[in-house]
Amino acid sequence: MQQITIEPVSRIEGHASIRLFLDEDGRVQDARFQVNQFRGFEQFMVGRPFFEMPALTARTCGICPVSHELASAKACDQLLAVTIPAVAAKLRRLLNLAQLIQSHALSFFYLTAPDLLLGMDHPPETRNFFGLAAIDPQFARDGIRLRQFGQQVIERLAGRRVHPSWVAPGGVNSPLSAPAREAMLAELPEIISLIQAHLNRFKQTLDRHQEHIRVFAHFPSLFLGLTNEAGTLEHYDGRLRFINADGAPVADDLDPGAYQQAIGEAVEPWTYLKSTYYLPHGYPQGMYRVGPLARLNLADRCGTELADQHLALFRALASGPALSTFHAHYARLIETLYAAEQIERLLAEPDILDQRVRAVAGVNNLEGVGIAEAPRGTLIHHYKVNEDGLIEWVNLIIATGHNNLAMQRGILQAAQHFLDNATLHEGLLNRIEAVIRTFDPCLACSTHAVGAMPLTIELIGPDGSLIDRIRR
Amino acid sequence: MTAPILTLTIDGRQVSGLASETVLQVARENGIAIPTLCFLEGLSAAASCRLCMVELEGSPRLHPACITPIQEGLVVTTQSERLFNYRRAIVQLLFSERNHVCAVCIANGHCELQELAKEFDIDHIAFPCRHPALEVDASHNRFVLDHNRCVLCTRCVRVCDEIEGAHTWDVKNRGIHSQIVADLDTPWGAAATCTGCGKCVHVCPTGALAEKGKSMAEVRQKRPFLPYLVANRAEERK
Repeated sequence: MQQITIEPVSRIEGHASIRLFLDEDGRVQDARFQVNQFRGFEQFMVGRPFFEMPALTARTCGICPVSHELASAKACDQLLAVTIPAVAAKLRRLLNLAQLIQSHALSFFYLTAPDLLLGMDHPPETRNFFGLAAIDPQFARDGIRLRQFGQQVIERLAGRRVHPSWVAPGGVNSPLSAPAREAMLAELPEIISLIQAHLNRFKQTLDRHQEHIRVFAHFPSLFLGLTNEAGTLEHYDGRLRFINADGAPVADDLDPGAYQQAIGEAVEPWTYLKSTYYLPHGYPQGMYRVGPLARLNLADRCGTELADQHLALFRALASGPALSTFHAHYARLIETLYAAEQIERLLAEPDILDQRVRAVAGVNNLEGVGIAEAPRGTLIHHYKVNEDGLIEWVNLIIATGHNNLAMQRGILQAAQHFLDNATLHEGLLNRIEAVIRTFDPCLACSTHAVGAMPLTIELIGPDGSLIDRIRR
Repeated sequence: MTAPILTLTIDGRQVSGLASETVLQVARENGIAIPTLCFLEGLSAAASCRLCMVELEGSPRLHPACITPIQEGLVVTTQSERLFNYRRAIVQLLFSERNHVCAVCIANGHCELQELAKEFDIDHIAFPCRHPALEVDASHNRFVLDHNRCVLCTRCVRVCDEIEGAHTWDVKNRGIHSQIVADLDTPWGAAATCTGCGKCVHVCPTGALAEKGKSMAEVRQKRPFLPYLVANRAEERK
């Protein structure tokens, strides 16, 4: 069998390579998305006091430290067995929404837009954010502005933009100040209209991407995410829902603490990224997707006025759930709008400036599970501690792990569509990478592995010999 | 009888002090900074960290300012390239010895070791780090001892012995294997002599001793409280 390897994959978070296996006729038979670095967070956290966990686990990632802090703090709340002050939960929610905005802005404007605006076959030297800025400076400025807004909300709440130490077991460690609240509220109208403008612009370009919509991970699968009693978008709390490709719930109202009854983790010898699957359907049939696409597919509605208007248009794209991961870009923009509206709503709540923001307790439970929706999908932190509160066992399941099986399948689908003969060309390389970018994977987090991001493709023949190799 | 007043030179300045005073005391009284780590006002001087080493004219070796009594006509140099490099190496060795990870440490931003690293422009460790596998003692219901962050300054040992009078803390083993122990090496929570006063926690220069439940950068030790305590107790004894 011949084999093609793409290594390293670019404009994603982390290190990976792609291997395409060809049959005797040169057709793509299988694809492997291989993550080749290892960090070992689950091991080296053993023995540490649990109250360090929000800060320690945040270090898995510089893009989503906030998401890890929140999932971790929620697991720690369970170890304390406390109900945190209501305003602390609202402040954590605000932080998570700001994180969603900054990360989605990064994914869409910085990582994805070069493909969409410049084209998949644009020369790779300028097919990046700087090339984009040269052609459409206002677009680039808007992307930077949106990300800045998200980062500033994080800073105003938590003191700094990256790795803030504000979220703590039992709540947060300082209340929101009135000037910070006013400053955020003053910026929101501009931010909301900016997001709307880009949503409208993106919608108008959808026709140009019909081929990508058709083959960028477009297949039936399950979807997983959090939702709440009202059935609206939920990123901080709530319960787990799995839906199938027809939109029907296969598991609903699942207690996050019982995630192990629904989610299995499989290990493959050729990658450090585990593959999770829906346990009752087995491996690998239990493939499911998480993230913005899954969340929009499984929520009844967004829960904010403008985002719901756009959700109605989004729903019109397909009769059931949107099955092409290309639409994750669209979903990301709708979620960004939702997040801005929701921030505005939360900041207007009368108790948002309350001073009591932390519950204090010792170890009261020896096991805790914290689940939140990170920008890329459902994030699970699960800890076991001893009587002294020292960590004995850790399990982290990160969005990209949930999406692993679907990413493999998506790469295979795109490779089968675009690889016309057994030679590699740049456009192919980029289209396959673009499939991965629709998932917005974060490999640093999901393998708990460190790295900047380059990509190579190798083409390997039926006898295992290297036929072709392309590297950037 | 008061001690006689002596005159000496520190960094080219004529200064004077009581004969009972050390070079470090007289330097500080005159606003001359000498870095220290194990020294803490209110406790006896251990002279173990060697950061306060100074040059004395006429002596080829270096002398710890915290235990060197002043002498008439003494000529002291507290800042030189030799001293800077020496102190810088000491701080780097302290970092290399255990697991000091400022970024996720509960004492981040409020740590004397971190301050020293800043003072000596340490942006990397020139020595291979040992990364020892050390345990955290969280058996006490209010406090935590993290050996990974300990620099063996023995402030905790001295404050417990000299101020609280409990002598719960001590040091076991020798050299690189030295470790702080409670009550002849029992878990802190089981130490019968510990009064739970928390003085050791407040004199700790790093995040090695802390109140339980502190998250990253939340430690706020009250290190300057000792002189007041010592003065008040002396008053009571009168």
